[in-house]
Amino acid sequence: MSLTHYLVLAAILFTIGAVGVLVRRNAIVVFMCIELMLNSANLTLVTFARASGTLDGQIMAFFVMVVAAAEVVVGLAIIMSLFRTRRSASVDDANLLKY
Amino acid sequence: METVPADGLIAASWLLIALPLAGAAVLLLGGRRTDRWGHLLGTGTVVAAFVLGLLCTLQLDGRQVEVGLYTFVATGSLDVPVGLLFDPLSAVFVLLITGVGALIHVYSIGYMAHDPRRRRFFAYLNLFVAAMLLLVLGDNYVALYVGWEGVGLASYLLIAFWHERPAAATAAKKAFIMNRVGDVGLALAIFLMFAQLGTVSYDGVFGSVGTLAAGTVTAIGLLLLLGACGKSGQFPLQAWLPDAMEGPTPVSALIHAATMVTAGVYLIARSAPIYDETPTARAVVLAVGAITLLIGAIAGCAQDDIKKVLAYSTVSQIGYMFLAVGLGPIGYVAGLAHLLTHGFFKAGLFLGAGSVMHAMNDQVDMRRFGGLAPHMKVTFVTFGLGYLALIGFPFLSGFYTKDAIIEAAFDRGDGWGYLLGGVAILAAGLTAFYMTRLMLMTFFGRPRWEPGVHPHESPPVMTAPMVLLAVGSVFAGFLLVVAFPLEEWLAPVFGEPVEAEHVVAPIVVSVLVTAVMVIGVLTAWLFVGRREVPAAAPVRVSPVTRAARRALYADAVNESLLMRPGQWLARALVFVDNRGVDGAVNGLAASLGGSSSRLGRTQTGFVRSYALSMLGGAVVVAGALLAVTAG
Repeated sequence: MSLTHYLVLAAILFTIGAVGVLVRRNAIVVFMCIELMLNSANLTLVTFARASGTLDGQIMAFFVMVVAAAEVVVGLAIIMSLFRTRRSASVDDANLLKY
Repeated sequence: METVPADGLIAASWLLIALPLAGAAVLLLGGRRTDRWGHLLGTGTVVAAFVLGLLCTLQLDGRQVEVGLYTFVATGSLDVPVGLLFDPLSAVFVLLITGVGALIHVYSIGYMAHDPRRRRFFAYLNLFVAAMLLLVLGDNYVALYVGWEGVGLASYLLIAFWHERPAAATAAKKAFIMNRVGDVGLALAIFLMFAQLGTVSYDGVFGSVGTLAAGTVTAIGLLLLLGACGKSGQFPLQAWLPDAMEGPTPVSALIHAATMVTAGVYLIARSAPIYDETPTARAVVLAVGAITLLIGAIAGCAQDDIKKVLAYSTVSQIGYMFLAVGLGPIGYVAGLAHLLTHGFFKAGLFLGAGSVMHAMNDQVDMRRFGGLAPHMKVTFVTFGLGYLALIGFPFLSGFYTKDAIIEAAFDRGDGWGYLLGGVAILAAGLTAFYMTRLMLMTFFGRPRWEPGVHPHESPPVMTAPMVLLAVGSVFAGFLLVVAFPLEEWLAPVFGEPVEAEHVVAPIVVSVLVTAVMVIGVLTAWLFVGRREVPAAAPVRVSPVTRAARRALYADAVNESLLMRPGQWLARALVFVDNRGVDGAVNGLAASLGGSSSRLGRTQTGFVRSYALSMLGGAVVVAGALLAVTAG
């Protein structure tokens, strides 16, 4: 398998994630789509690390995973408290973030 | 002319100014506590000043005495030491101001007896006397200027003394503003002297005025003349003086007839060495005097308000004085002699008019007078003597001094001299006309009183000053011209009198003036005395009468040339400010506010739309990066 296959797969995953964030209303799904985009980025990093034979990209991927884990904790906590106050997990119901 | 340091009583001549000033301060600061005796204190200070002035004058002996006081302004390059200059010229003015002033203070005790603000009236009168004395006693132009502004302030306060009457308040403002126009001229003249000569003292300026360029001297002369015109109600700033008659009558007598309005003549006479250097400015003084004396005389012929007739007469008589001092050395003494006699008879006439108004419930319209002679004998006789003195009845004051001016005008010797002399003689005829008209309408004929008026003679406290002034009106001319010639008294200031070469023999001038006077009196009798005077002014009159009633449209000219354009300018500026300046600022604020609220509407609160804009932004950044790196 050539470099291109990995990159195309990463692009497809990123696109699915981006579209998911924009079109889905369920906060959990939106959240999973964000994870999907992060992982597509990880895949890209690892691909280029492998191709160039250095470890920089892989180290960077680990950092991303750590940050993503922390983000999941915070994000899920926010979604939990949102659900408790609004009785809904729809992102459109949390629309107070404006002027 | 050398000045000598002060000695004897003259060293205390600062008391002349300090006494009335202290009187004003006590009366103004003392408040209601001084109500009971305030008028006596006010009168006392002026009488004391008169006695002191008289004693100082007796000690003067033709010297010019310098009384150093203190340094008013002391900077490296500008020192203004304040001192008094007591010389024959200022002595004459001191005696006029304190003498006539004291009489008018006494008169005011009676005239203002029933006014609740009599104390304040005397405070202002004292303030005026103090400022006027500073004006004539100062030994430099800055001291003169301080006095000049002081009398302007006192004049304003006194014209507006009955400020609850809108006409009085307006007249006071008009007087103040028109005076300010002149004062700017005086101030600029002083600036110019300091810039060019580095000094403002009379000694310094007169000593070095010869070193200046001709144009500069002319400018100084014209600016001084502007100041003099403002203060003395001369063309083109004459319109305030008749309106100033809204003030109480003693004020009209003291300030607007005898003293303050003659300050312009004093200024020009005092600045004689400057005018000696500039024939141009001197010619303008002549022109101003000649124009004003005609305007005043013409306007005086058609007024129905007794005080306005006297006011226009004052304008006209001061025009004579300007004409005289504009003639140069041959005219100074004649002008000043006329100033002094005019101070007597015009103050007396105003006091008489006040007495008449007192008897007629403050009526000033002569058409509502008539037949007052038997009811007010003292007023009638004193007023009559003042009238004869003013029209130049032979051997009374006006006869001597007015003739002297007309002779001096002819003595110029050229065509202009004949023209000026002719104008002066014509105005003498008009003077006789309007004063006779006034006499006939007031004291003779059938009574045209308003119902409920019971004329009565004024109390002695008012008639006594009138009698004294009437005596002065009769004899002052003889004393000043024949018995104790003013010429010799003023010789230290204006030089020894020279026997002028008469172009027209004095006897011819006298006969001519007397003849014209008689014609004026007869004409007035033909027009006014012979027939019934209508109680309301006739409406269908000739254009000449209409113009004279409106004082040759002086107010109309001022309004259309100055006031209206001023209002337009002000309105245009308000428009520019409201629409232009405010519009720009407010418009900017409104457009920012509007656009920000429109931008704010893009914030919907939907997280997904924010995410979309983030994605769009990221795509744009990525695209830009690609474009840069690929390019």
